Formats: sequence, structure tokens, C-alpha cells
Amino acid sequence: MAEPAPTISPEAQPAPVELPRCLAIVPAFNEEGAIAGVIDEIRAFDPRFEIVVIDDGSADRTAAIARAAGAHVIRLPFNLGIGGAVQTGFRYAWEHGFKIAVRVDGDGQHDPSQLGAILAPVLAGETDIAVGSRFVGERSYRSSRSRRLGIRILAWTVSALVRQRVTDPTSGFQALNRHGIALFAADLPHDYPEVEATVMVFRHRLRMREVPVRMRERAAGRSSIGAVASVYYMTKVLLAIFVGVFRRNVVPLEDVVEP
Amino acid sequence: MTPLKVSIAAAIASLLLLVVVFELIRSRRLRERYALLWLLTGLVLLALSLWRGGLNTIAGWFGVTGYPPAVLFAVGSLFVILVLLHYSTVISRLSDQNTILAQRLALLEERLASSNRDET
Repeated sequence: MAEPAPTISPEAQPAPVELPRCLAIVPAFNEEGAIAGVIDEIRAFDPRFEIVVIDDGSADRTAAIARAAGAHVIRLPFNLGIGGAVQTGFRYAWEHGFKIAVRVDGDGQHDPSQLGAILAPVLAGETDIAVGSRFVGERSYRSSRSRRLGIRILAWTVSALVRQRVTDPTSGFQALNRHGIALFAADLPHDYPEVEATVMVFRHRLRMREVPVRMRERAAGRSSIGAVASVYYMTKVLLAIFVGVFRRNVVPLEDVVEP
Repeated sequence: MTPLKVSIAAAIASLLLLVVVFELIRSRRLRERYALLWLLTGLVLLALSLWRGGLNTIAGWFGVTGYPPAVLFAVGSLFVILVLLHYSTVISRLSDQNTILAQRLALLEERLASSNRDET
């Protein structure tokens, strides 16, 4: 199911002709070196995007630079972690009535020129959430062996649980329609949320599919996950997924109240 | 050697702890992040109560020759101290954040009030 043909070339997809109100959510923590480039590239892909940068308690000039680049900036009073930061963006999207939201991380890892690939299936109504995967198709993504192993373990666990092949459950490069925005605005796991969120999406009977994308090495700054933190993260996520299996089935978000 | 009844009672107690922690996570009253230490506590105590030879050996290392189950109490207390210490750091962080939130809220209220005054 939801396995896109690897022949599709995501670079080739231009911005769609007709675009509903669309928000780009850019979480950033100490990314003064990369944030302006990310904003410019989103504009270059499609100037109709509204851009909101969630400054997750940065100690550098991230917020000022983002504001100068013309983005809306929401400054969190202290560091909430990527989950809390991204959810702030989804709440903003929900309250301001955006039909579509994309998440593009402020570190430059997500290449805005690839937005067309993840937007297409959502705009076509084929899925509620499209996630850019580094491992679908023949794209190579250089990463440490331990990180690849970790992602593979998580991918295998998640795929078995949701009964659909998921290759890159840690990817945060995603496009969502109003249903997806509603779900994540209401409930998004903490810390590093993507893996648990994937399982959650399927339990809410929303549709999710992966799309092949190219991702970049970090443009500037440092990854927020070190070696010890990776082990803690893996343990925590596997525990969360395991316990999640025993939670009661959740009903679809049909009656969400529009703001 | 540890009396069998002590081993059984300790195993049941550790299992109970594990079940309660699991249920708290499931019902979303306990976050995974704060449950990990409790789960580790339960698992270590469970292992030590079931693996009776091991408990004896460990008791030998520390010169506890009279009554090996004393090691269970020691390990249990050690973990409780760890959990408490962890919570102290969590509370410290929360109280710092609470201060920041209160200040931001007060500053916002003041800004809102003065901008309302300017308009009228």
C-alpha cells in the first residue's frame, strides 16, 4: 500500500498551480546560521506560503534573523523540545484556519525544493499526511551506522504495528491537511515526536504515506541528539509505542470544532 | 540463603510496582520520560528477588553474610534515592520555567493594558 513508485523524481515537481491557504512551520533552536536560508528557499519554492518560525528558546539571534527575513516568529519562553515547538506551529495553523501545513526544520536538513513531492498527495486528497522518506526509492542518505540501525529498528516496529510499510518513521518533513493539523494540534507526543506520532496517526484512522525525498546534511549548528541521548530516546520511544498498543482505541477526529 | 517466602513476597511487590507504573503510563497520568527510572527499579528488584543465587553472591561481595535479603532493601533504597534526586532536578527546572512564565505573562498584561490606554 502507499508505496510510491521509485521512478518519481521529487525534484521535478513544481509548486502547484492552485494552492489553498498554506502554512510552513519552521521549528528552530539556535539556528541563526541556517534559518534565513530555509525561509528564502521556502519563498523560492512558492511565495504564497505563510511562514511561521517557532523559536524554541534559542540563545542566539534566530528570532531576529527570521523576523528580518519576513517570517512570523513565535518565541517560546524556554526550550520545549522539538515536539512542543512543532505542536505550537500546528496550534497556530489550526487557530488561523490553514487548510494545509508543512513542517520544514530550521536546521536546513529538509530541502524546501522538495516540498512539491510531499504536497502533491495531500493536495490531491489521496492522503491526510505525507511524509518525506530518505529511504524510499534509491536515494542515498549518509548517516552513522548506529543511527541507521536505530531508524531501522524503529521502522520495523512501526511497520508491524500499523500494518503498512514505513521506512523513515523519524522523518519530520511532512505535509498535512486540516485533519492532520487537527490531530497534531490536539495531541502530539513529547520530546522527539515523529515515531509515536506515526503510530498515533494510524490509530486515529488518518491516512499517511511516505514519499521519496532527498535530505541534506545539516547546514549549520549541531544535531540535538548525542550518543547517550540516542539510547534514552530509543528506550523511551519503544516504551511509548509498547504502552500505546494497550491504550483504548481512539475515535476518528470527526467532530473537531473549528475555531 | 534467602528464605523462599521472602523471595516470593519481594517478587510480587516488584511485579505490583511494574503493573502500577504501566497502568499509570497507559492512562496518561505518568509520562514515559518519568517512568523509565521506576520501571528500571521494578525490573532490578524483580530480577534480584527471583535470582536467589545472584542475591547471595552480591550479598557476599558486600560482606552481608547474615541475611542476604538486606541487599534487596539496600538496592531498593538506592533506587528510591535516585528517583528522588531526579525529581529534585525536575522540580528545580519546573520552578525556573514557572518564574519565566509568570514574568512573561505580567509583562504581556502590562503591554496590553498600556496599549488599551493609548487607544482610548
